[in-house]
Amino acid sequence: MAIKQLSVFVENKVGKLAAVTDAIAATGVDIRAMSMADTQEFGIIRMIVDDIDSAKEKLSEKNLFMSVTEVVGVAVHDRPGGLDEVVKVLSDNNINIDYLYAFISESKHYAYVVLRVDDNETAEKLLTEKGVKLITEADISKM
Amino acid sequence: MSRYFQKEIETMPVEQIKQTQSEKLVKQVKYVYDNVPYYRDLMDKKGVKPEDIKGIEDLHKLPLISKNDLREAYPYGLLATDLKNCVRIHSTSGTTGKRVVAFYTQHDIDLWDDCCARALVAAGATDEDVCHIAYGFGLFTGGAGLNGGSHKLGCLTLPMSSGNTDRQIQFMMDLKSTILCCTPSYAAYIGETLKEKGYKPEDNHLKAGIFGAEAWTEEMRRDIEKNLGIKAYDIYGLTETSGPGVAFECEEQTGMHINEDHFIAEIIDPDTEEVLPEGSKGELVFSAIDKEGFPLLRYRTRYICVLSRKKCSCGRTFIKMTKPMGRSDDMMIIRGVNVFPSQIEAVLLNEGYAPNYQIEVDRVNNTDTLDVYVEMKEGDFSDKVKDMTNKEKALQGAIKTMLGINPKVHLVAPKSIQRSEGKAVRVIDKRRRLGINV
Repeated sequence: MAIKQLSVFVENKVGKLAAVTDAIAATGVDIRAMSMADTQEFGIIRMIVDDIDSAKEKLSEKNLFMSVTEVVGVAVHDRPGGLDEVVKVLSDNNINIDYLYAFISESKHYAYVVLRVDDNETAEKLLTEKGVKLITEADISKM
Repeated sequence: MSRYFQKEIETMPVEQIKQTQSEKLVKQVKYVYDNVPYYRDLMDKKGVKPEDIKGIEDLHKLPLISKNDLREAYPYGLLATDLKNCVRIHSTSGTTGKRVVAFYTQHDIDLWDDCCARALVAAGATDEDVCHIAYGFGLFTGGAGLNGGSHKLGCLTLPMSSGNTDRQIQFMMDLKSTILCCTPSYAAYIGETLKEKGYKPEDNHLKAGIFGAEAWTEEMRRDIEKNLGIKAYDIYGLTETSGPGVAFECEEQTGMHINEDHFIAEIIDPDTEEVLPEGSKGELVFSAIDKEGFPLLRYRTRYICVLSRKKCSCGRTFIKMTKPMGRSDDMMIIRGVNVFPSQIEAVLLNEGYAPNYQIEVDRVNNTDTLDVYVEMKEGDFSDKVKDMTNKEKALQGAIKTMLGINPKVHLVAPKSIQRSEGKAVRVIDKRRRLGINV
């Protein structure tokens, strides 16, 4: 069920992010969602893309250092309290969220949230039980 | 093919080694006294005459010479024969501003070739091997030394020189190189590149490698052996005494046999200059007792090591030196603590990192700072900031335990630290710009 996220290591220096976006642009791959964690020295760019293999290949050609991790994607109701419903399910069950980021698409009803947790399966199971809609790789490519 | 290149010499009884050394030393001291005015002056100042030297037991009476003397005597001051008798010049890199120029007669080249051929045989080479030499060729002694040894042994020699790693790999694969000779950092780099290109260790034809010209650790040896699928042997030498091959490792891999028929080794206390007994840790001093062109007597190498005459299972009787624990001039004094780059390297390898790092020392607000940049490898990178900072902290802790001072560790992307394809630049000491003598 989980979706694949591409994370790229970049030094915290001028031009390093551009090297990543430039490489992705050149492949024609579409970035669906993106977030960036920054520290004083380095940043971690996390992306959901519509064609992860092509993106990986191109970044690798450019000697960029990356990893692929599975994350949980959910569709939340695009209204006040929508995100809270999801987060509550996880916190009530003692599941720690390392980070999350949200994105929207053309849908008027849903916003999408990417969640990084330690145990995807349990998180997905709990969310499904509570009626939260999970998104799949197929959903991503259709967006 | 034998396991020795020159069995009679390499396995002669210790008494006979000492006898040979004594005879050669007596002759050499007279030769140097008569032909090298610079050293004659040093002997005169010390009140030593050639006839005072009756054997190796008198060696300690001779004056020591150091890199300073070489600089003062540059270029011809320590030359012992007419230039017309010399056939080659080699030189050190001079990165520390102390360029050394050494002269070789054909006799000197021949004995150097023998030394390197002995090293190759000790690493398992025979005349059926393809010897891939990726040491630099030129003024640097690495390429020329192993090239000479490889020819002497009758290997098919590939004088690749260093650099152009893609071509190195293509030749290595297409021409089935079996013995690799280069610096350990370049061997590690070739290993990584092979892995990246999707080659497994068993895909190459290499069986052994001879790596020297810079400091490396046991952990780095294991890494190279694993990545290339070979046995990795150490070799030691310096331009001042000829080049690589002054000492070499055998299958026991527990130190390097010194070619004692050509060189006498001593260990001295670097401060008092007293000769220390066998087994003591101190500065290595060499006397070249066979050379004609540039025959240095009691040359202070600045390398810190230990000598041992413990019986070796390979059958060679030549004394062994441990891998140098560092050079007195590699040593950094950081917040008053003596630090060798090799100590930091050992920690990195122990913690599962590749030996790709750079140490930066600076002084901020009158306090020394130590920054260690370490390249990650596949699997070290996490998308969680917390994991990354934990890794840095763990490494910081391990280095602190080893050195007693707190470093700042920076994990960086693979291959982001600049590599010189010859020798790795391990230390950048920015305190020099402040005019601090380090």
